[in-house]
Amino acid sequence: MRYLDEYRDPALARQLLDEIHTTATRPWTLMEVCGGQTHTIVRQGIDNLLPAGLRMIHGPGCPVCVTPLELIDKALAIAARPEVIFTSYGDMLRVPGTGTDLLALRARGSDVRVVYSPLDAVRLAEQHPDRQVVFFAVGFETTAPANAMAVLRAHQLGLPNFSILVSHVLVPPAMTALLDAPDRQVQGFLAAGHVCAVMGWTEYEPIAHRYQVPVVVTGFEPLDLLEGILMAVRQLEAGHARVENQYARAVHRDGNSRAREAIRRVFRVRDRAWRGIGTIPDSGLALTDEFARYDAETRFAVSGLTAREHPACIAGDILTGAREPTDCTAYGTACTPRTPLGAPMVSTEGTCAAYHSAGRAS
Amino acid sequence: MCLGIPGRIVATVDVAGLLMGTVDFDGLTREVCLAYLPDARVGEYVIVHVGFAISMVDEAEAHRTLEMLRSMGTSLEAEL
Ligand code: SF4
Repeated sequence: MRYLDEYRDPALARQLLDEIHTTATRPWTLMEVCGGQTHTIVRQGIDNLLPAGLRMIHGPGCPVCVTPLELIDKALAIAARPEVIFTSYGDMLRVPGTGTDLLALRARGSDVRVVYSPLDAVRLAEQHPDRQVVFFAVGFETTAPANAMAVLRAHQLGLPNFSILVSHVLVPPAMTALLDAPDRQVQGFLAAGHVCAVMGWTEYEPIAHRYQVPVVVTGFEPLDLLEGILMAVRQLEAGHARVENQYARAVHRDGNSRAREAIRRVFRVRDRAWRGIGTIPDSGLALTDEFARYDAETRFAVSGLTAREHPACIAGDILTGAREPTDCTAYGTACTPRTPLGAPMVSTEGTCAAYHSAGRAS
Repeated sequence: MCLGIPGRIVATVDVAGLLMGTVDFDGLTREVCLAYLPDARVGEYVIVHVGFAISMVDEAEAHRTLEMLRSMGTSLEAEL
């Protein structure tokens, strides 16, 4: 397939690996921020082919994984209401809440539907004026333009029965939080190419400068990741700390200005809790006052729930790269993709699921 | 859900004021919102996320990157 196959060429991958081996003279620790990148790195075994001292730690870039348990419980409470058609991306369905998950609710008769795009949810609201259609708006900056457009469209069509449950997180504040951690290990970042396709990369420039870390905007195919790693290592070896763009075929410095404008109109920045990590200032999105009436949390007044994580799950350490899935006592035994105890085992972008599907043993 | 993939625009259409298009992903076609890339034309490649085209694939840049990687191979061989 064009623009995919070329970036999976094994001969070119070999060359890039050789070049990385020649370039790296000291041990370095890099973090890939995005779960899609983690998936490629683990599935292709890229981390095992790197020089011994060059370590990849897997970042918190799995939106499903960092959605707080409280919010999953709210989704479950809303989805259980008889007047509601609850819509979501497929990978949210098996994320365990405190007592159950969306898939189990559906099996018990709740109207839970998987949609491909939030506009599908808007269409459902048009088709079912007698029902309340709620979309679980989960994601990083990549899905924010889609969710913003869904709200704008519902507004334009005058749909009183559409709302979204907002679970949006932002990448740069999470990177800053990781860099501020006292036991910080990461020395360079591969930034998520598609987040930057929307937002551009100017937000990363002050981070690279202030913390003296190279940041390389990187794509998702094996050659992209290898080239991104090489660019980061070259910077580290030379003592540089700049923002560079490996993914020039899809990312521009200013991102997509129309998409950014829609996000700015529909959402405002707020503090946000990350599952397993805790609250990070200014790291999430909420609806602006103009569109507050589309907020499912207020429409259905879901609060006062008590959320409880599974005691065995060390998702917080996994999400910050402090420990690996294979360090978890439940990994591969009590916790598998069929019976996930924590969110990182659910989504294909989750580190635990990536390890499990690649057959990594504890 | 964050996996964006490249596809080729095969048709565009205005749906009650919203620019939509049909995008071909290697034989599989999908309806995609083009509102964020109103200048995209039929035949061009876009990166699609959750039903939205968020970025054009710059063909010249794509070639340049691949050429650069290939030439790195030749210079390595020359050194050996
Ligand atoms: S293996 Fe399962 S229980 Fe362990 S950290 Fe991962 S998701 Fe949590």
